[in-house]
Amino acid sequence: MKLTREEVREVAYLSRIEMTDDELDRMTGQLGAILDYADMLNELDLEGVEPTSHVIPMKNVMREDVVKESCGVEKALMNAPDRFGDFFRVPKVIDEGEGH
Amino acid sequence: MKYEPVIGIEVHAQLKTESKLFCGCSTGFAAAPNHHVCPVCLGLPGTLPVLNRKAIEYVVRTCIALECEVSPASRFARKNYYYPDLPKAYQISQYELPIGRNGKLTVRAGGKEKTIRIHRIHLEEDAGKLVHDASGGSCVDYNRTGIPLMEIVTEADVRSSEEAVAYLTSLRSILQYIGVCGANMEKGEMRCEPNISVRPVGAEEFGTKTEMKNLNSFRAVRLGVDFEIERQIDAIENGERIVQETMRWDEATQTTQTMRSKERAHDYRYFPDPDLVPVEVSASVLELIRAKAPELPEPRRVRFISQYGLPEYDAEVLTGSKAMADFFERAAAIHNDPKAVSNWIMTELMGCLNESGKTIDECAVTAEDLTALLELMGKGVISARMGKDVFKDMFATGRPPAEIIKDKGLEQLNDETAISDAVEKVIADNPGPAADFRAGKKQAAGFLVGQVMRQTGGKANPKIVGRIIEEKLLSE
Repeated sequence: MKLTREEVREVAYLSRIEMTDDELDRMTGQLGAILDYADMLNELDLEGVEPTSHVIPMKNVMREDVVKESCGVEKALMNAPDRFGDFFRVPKVIDEGEGH
Repeated sequence: MKYEPVIGIEVHAQLKTESKLFCGCSTGFAAAPNHHVCPVCLGLPGTLPVLNRKAIEYVVRTCIALECEVSPASRFARKNYYYPDLPKAYQISQYELPIGRNGKLTVRAGGKEKTIRIHRIHLEEDAGKLVHDASGGSCVDYNRTGIPLMEIVTEADVRSSEEAVAYLTSLRSILQYIGVCGANMEKGEMRCEPNISVRPVGAEEFGTKTEMKNLNSFRAVRLGVDFEIERQIDAIENGERIVQETMRWDEATQTTQTMRSKERAHDYRYFPDPDLVPVEVSASVLELIRAKAPELPEPRRVRFISQYGLPEYDAEVLTGSKAMADFFERAAAIHNDPKAVSNWIMTELMGCLNESGKTIDECAVTAEDLTALLELMGKGVISARMGKDVFKDMFATGRPPAEIIKDKGLEQLNDETAISDAVEKVIADNPGPAADFRAGKKQAAGFLVGQVMRQTGGKANPKIVGRIIEEKLLSE
């Protein structure tokens, strides 16, 4: 399986990582090698084997619907780079709410 | 050419849990910014989400009500995107294995029954809230982050704004009945995003669809969907191409506007969330939840007709909201005349609610007070006419009827001697009409009764007044 430079550029964009042309070349090679390595799994005969959805053999780990005290607004904002009153402040978002 | 709209509807319903989906922070509504947050919902490193059992129960309950297949195993996935309302830079949602699939809801629209298929129901966490104009930058409040949302997605079965509203009305009613969601659209407890396309009548292939946001009421849904259908038809007729994009309904201008183009489709890079283990809803748990399932609107409507002997129309109106139906049943349990209770709810109570813009939950009149008023009228303490005024007072002040009647001195005058005195005076003062009545003009009685009512400040029992007038004039 061949990873293209365009795919790496796209993934970098989606991850908000800026890359120079040199870095793109290097990452295309390195990521490609990792994918090729993982590709070896495809050589196995997996007929009738359920895909692993989780590596820990556990299920239904849940808590009851009980309110616990929150950490407090001062603690919450302690490491924020910027604040406005009790809000976190971030650089102005131009896009009017992507609403995913 | 004639066109046919093709509509699918996505609803996000906020589940009525006390705590958030993956942490113990409160879901309470009016807190100051960032007061309901903790390291888990802030997405701080080293924290682990733990699933709220109630949220799963609520989704399963909804699946049962909407006749979905409940997946024996489901799991959570990360939906990755960057936006400041999402502190982890991913939303925990569900992807390949939602909790519910292949359900249906039958609604009545335009006098016809219509079945809308449900594609899937899944559970996810809400994002935070951005406030754009408070300062130089953008301000973020994460109180809402992590509040459980249930996403209900229909197949593209809806064919008009009327059907869309019928579906949403019915869905809201069901969610309220089963107690999983407040489902108030204005409060954002139920958000609806239709996707809309049009195609020539008879065509098999779907047209290009647009998605619509910011529809905060049923009225907005009707107007917005109709507007978008017209816009698309006009565009096609003008030879334009419909672009797949998200439109925003603008309440002020009553138009839709483009929010962002979806041509470069978002790549959310979903993958299973390794922090959360799979959820298994076993057959026995499913049965347990099914056994606890509350009565749904449709069976309740049918029961109202058979149990209380109500007309179809009354049963439909009363069961339209769970709170209203509960109010009726509380009142009907006390006052043994269900039709009278229904009449008073449907005319006086609903009239007052409409006028004040209040919901039944905010109504100050209790079922007990309403039945007390009906009893007082039944006993002749006040007339039905007075009853309506007393009810308005009860609605405005929340005071019990007996107190209002006493304070305002509204008791009906049933004392025959007092009424007889008033009648004699009226006859003496109005010889003309009295003579007319004696001469057989029955209409003259109306005038005389009116005069007696005036004389007694509207309090005399009109039945007794009429009888006494007749006795006096015809026995002479």
